[in-house]
Amino acid sequence: MSETVIKCESVYKIFGENAKKMLEESNGNVDAKTFQEKGCIVGVNNASFEVAKGEMLVVMGLSGSGKSTLLRCISRLTDATGGKIFIEGQDLLELNNKELIELRRNKMGMVFQSFALLPHKTVVENIAFPLQIKGTNTEDSINRAMEMVKLVGLDGRENYFPRELSGGQQQRVGIARSLAVEPDIWFLDEPFSALDPLIRKEMQDEFLRLQEKLQKTIMFITHDFDEALKLADRIAIMKDGIIEQLDTPANIVLNPATEYVRKFTEEVPREKVLVIEDVMDTSNKDNLGDLKVSKDDIIENVAEKILTQENIVGVVDSNNNIVGSIKPSKIIDTVFGGRKNGS
Amino acid sequence: MEYLKKYPKLFQWLFLLIVFFALCFAIDVPETYKFIRGQAEFVKDPNQSVYFFLGKEVRYYAFDVFWRLPPLLGWLPIWINDSLFFLMNEWMPMEFWNEDTQEFKTRPLLLQVSRNLTAFMTFLIELIREILLGGLETIVAFTSWDFIDAYPWLELPGLPWTIVAAGAAILSYKLSGKGLAVFAGLTMIYISIFGQWKPSMQTLSFILVAAPLSFIFGLGLGIAAYKSKRVEKALYPILLVMQTMPQYAVLVPALVLFGVGDHAAVIITMVVAVPPMILLTILGLRAIPPEVIEAGRMSGCTNWQLMLKVLIPTARRDILIGVNQVIMVCFSMAVISAFIGAKGLGFNLLLALNQLNIGLALEAGLCISLIAILLDKMSLAWANKQTDYFGNLTFFQRNKNVIFFAASFLIGIILAYVGTFIFKGSFNYLFEIPHNKGISTADFWNKGVDWIFDTFFVYIKAFNTWLIQDVLQPMRALYLRMPAVATLVLAVGAGYLIGGIRSALVVAALTLFIALSPWWDRALVTLYMATFGVVISCLIGFTVGTLCFQNKKSAAFMLGVCDIFQTFPSFVYLIPVMMLFGITDTSVLIAVIVYATIPATRYTIEGLRSVPVGLHEAATMSGVNKFQRLTKIEFPLAFPHMMLGLNQTIVFALFMVIIGAFIGTEDLGQYILKALSDKNGAGIGLTLGICVAFIGLIFDNLIRTWVGKRKKHLGID
Repeated sequence: MSETVIKCESVYKIFGENAKKMLEESNGNVDAKTFQEKGCIVGVNNASFEVAKGEMLVVMGLSGSGKSTLLRCISRLTDATGGKIFIEGQDLLELNNKELIELRRNKMGMVFQSFALLPHKTVVENIAFPLQIKGTNTEDSINRAMEMVKLVGLDGRENYFPRELSGGQQQRVGIARSLAVEPDIWFLDEPFSALDPLIRKEMQDEFLRLQEKLQKTIMFITHDFDEALKLADRIAIMKDGIIEQLDTPANIVLNPATEYVRKFTEEVPREKVLVIEDVMDTSNKDNLGDLKVSKDDIIENVAEKILTQENIVGVVDSNNNIVGSIKPSKIIDTVFGGRKNGS
Repeated sequence: MEYLKKYPKLFQWLFLLIVFFALCFAIDVPETYKFIRGQAEFVKDPNQSVYFFLGKEVRYYAFDVFWRLPPLLGWLPIWINDSLFFLMNEWMPMEFWNEDTQEFKTRPLLLQVSRNLTAFMTFLIELIREILLGGLETIVAFTSWDFIDAYPWLELPGLPWTIVAAGAAILSYKLSGKGLAVFAGLTMIYISIFGQWKPSMQTLSFILVAAPLSFIFGLGLGIAAYKSKRVEKALYPILLVMQTMPQYAVLVPALVLFGVGDHAAVIITMVVAVPPMILLTILGLRAIPPEVIEAGRMSGCTNWQLMLKVLIPTARRDILIGVNQVIMVCFSMAVISAFIGAKGLGFNLLLALNQLNIGLALEAGLCISLIAILLDKMSLAWANKQTDYFGNLTFFQRNKNVIFFAASFLIGIILAYVGTFIFKGSFNYLFEIPHNKGISTADFWNKGVDWIFDTFFVYIKAFNTWLIQDVLQPMRALYLRMPAVATLVLAVGAGYLIGGIRSALVVAALTLFIALSPWWDRALVTLYMATFGVVISCLIGFTVGTLCFQNKKSAAFMLGVCDIFQTFPSFVYLIPVMMLFGITDTSVLIAVIVYATIPATRYTIEGLRSVPVGLHEAATMSGVNKFQRLTKIEFPLAFPHMMLGLNQTIVFALFMVIIGAFIGTEDLGQYILKALSDKNGAGIGLTLGICVAFIGLIFDNLIRTWVGKRKKHLGID
């Protein structure tokens, strides 16, 4: 992929007194249990990864897994105890307060689980807030905020107070606010967790539509595995502060790295997650039937077509070159077979 | 045995009471003991014992230690006096430039600081006062008396009342709307035509200096405490004591430090008004969801921006309650500081009190209430003001308030000028209505009270005699009969049963301080009056509150009534009761009951309101009737909140008992009052104030601990 925007090298976050000293003594081998005995709680344990420009990395984990802490280290809302974090090549932890503020004002936007709107400001004032903090004059910031109001579909409600809006609408304001300064990097901390399921789905679709248009670099935190599968380019699964696996949704479903990850993938309907490319046979490109499917098709969408074939179905890439093949039996195998042996 | 297991607490309490009464009976009243009248205490008497501490002589009547502890803290007031004197007159002498004599002069640092502070406050008050009422001090402050003699036209003429009234209405309209504008206008017109203009403006100028300063200091210190644990720890005990300290106990030390006058009043007001502001600021800032702070940080706020644009506005609900408190305290201090020579409505009120003129007191009191409510509503509206970004306004629309004010300014001046022709030779009513030339309803009220007195004299007298002879005197005697040791055991035991060792230690320390002070007997008298007042207040308050709660409208109405009664200067309550019941404990207690019923009622209604709706529905679905619902569900759940009301009731009652000294009581308040006119009163006043504060704190500690536990038990927070 293209250039790296966020880069983490062995990031640790340990809460408690003497955390720094204990981390140094441990030589990077942090064991949560021994630390806890000494009064320290391990939030993030040796996290290393990169996020490329325009990529959406979803960090998935249950509550207490350290996913929000990791995000707060990268946005430097808390200072990491150890390791290095680079934002567009800049060492985040080396920045002084002024540079950090500059970075946040121009490069970062963040959406919060509880919306975190300012209760005394109206919708449009909330959205204009980061701009006014930056020093943009009232007229420009309000105009820009009105554009954002339209973008998230809240026209007509710009003069409402947050308390007068529903949860979904409040989060739209939160999203609009985080986008007002046109940041390159977009942090979302469980943005849809506080919403009810129907609204959540609607907001997810809306979010994908926005991302299509804006192509931001995104770190998205969630505890909902389905949400992660639906949105992510890549997923990082966290447990007890450790990233258990970081891979594409398909790879996580097909090859869970640990027992913990496998438990999540068990109930996932594969045909909705996997694309043809994930299950095709690249070695056999002969004896193909008439039907060709694209390697990027989601299995669910083409399963019926393939299953009605008797021959092997060819798989083509976007230039219509044959890159592999798939037997109808493989589809059945994927949909029903995988769950028994857990692979 | 089974009962013992089932209700262990009950038996612990019973045991405590048994020990207490056993001690009471076991310790006899010493034969030499008598309740000493105030005057006799300062007379040297061969029967007195003497001890020396830090070179100071402390005289006292010695009794059996079990009966009354010796006043081992008797040196404290003397020591405070000496320290104050030393600080003011001898500590850190430095060279200061003297403007008048044009030379350096040696002065102690604190004296110089106090003088400068005084000058600064005086300047601020005079500035506002002269804008409102006219004068020349402000101009003189910038120039000199010679300059004014040369250019006498520079003297500020003061604003005609019509302009101030119009200005207040227009400002209210801009902040809130028509309703407040009408209220503001009517308030100003009332003040003017009832001839209260000058004292009201004097009081207002005092408030307009004291309130913003208290707000700024309170907010600043609150923020500092929020940011630093160390600052909070240092502030917390002071805040606690100040909350229950009777306000005019602070007057005496301030007299020593800052002298007499409006400036001293402002400083004292700040001392009293800042603590609640600090507490509420901390409370508000603590309650901000952490994500809101993070949202502010992620928007790229600097620390200042975060504080001003995110934290303070988000915490504004509590901060506004703080502002409300500041305004209320300012007005109550505006009255009390009349004792140290502040001008304004308080002075008139004090005068009316001395003349037993209920009518005048009512009118002046109403002015104070009205201005207090107006300022409170205006500050609230200001904080909630919204900006309209989208209205495409014309020049006139945008500036209409300024234009209207300019117009009314012109009209006011023209009217005042015309007035000089109409009212030739007499007072210009269009400029200012003098104090005794306004309308007055005083006669009506005075006659009303007189009529009540004449008509019901027999009954009042009979009631009064019965109450004093059959209830109050025996009760007072019982309280005084409590041996010091028994009281200590009771207090510490209660502390232990409610809050464990920690509470027991706190209560023990507070009680010991009072027991070791020279005023234990007086504290018992204070306690007896407060107890009586609190019991009756709670009975009335809880009943009225519960009845009013049955209907939404009556509940809202009652809360409104509470508001008005609370802003009403507490002195005013003393006058009618004094006229009816004379100089007796009855008068004080009735005033206490009227005043202390306010929080009891308010907290009952609010407590009942706070019961979750879901529970109401659940109860209704289980088929309870109204009475069952009240006793089985609403009372138990509202009880913790109602207990906080009890806490407030105690504070209010103590406050009024102390104020009751003006009627003539024999409790701690009487000594504070005496200290006011004593040149060595600072130490005594402060120590007495601390004693009263500690009585309040003992109950405060016990109730709060109990409420905290109960709330945890019920799972409500």
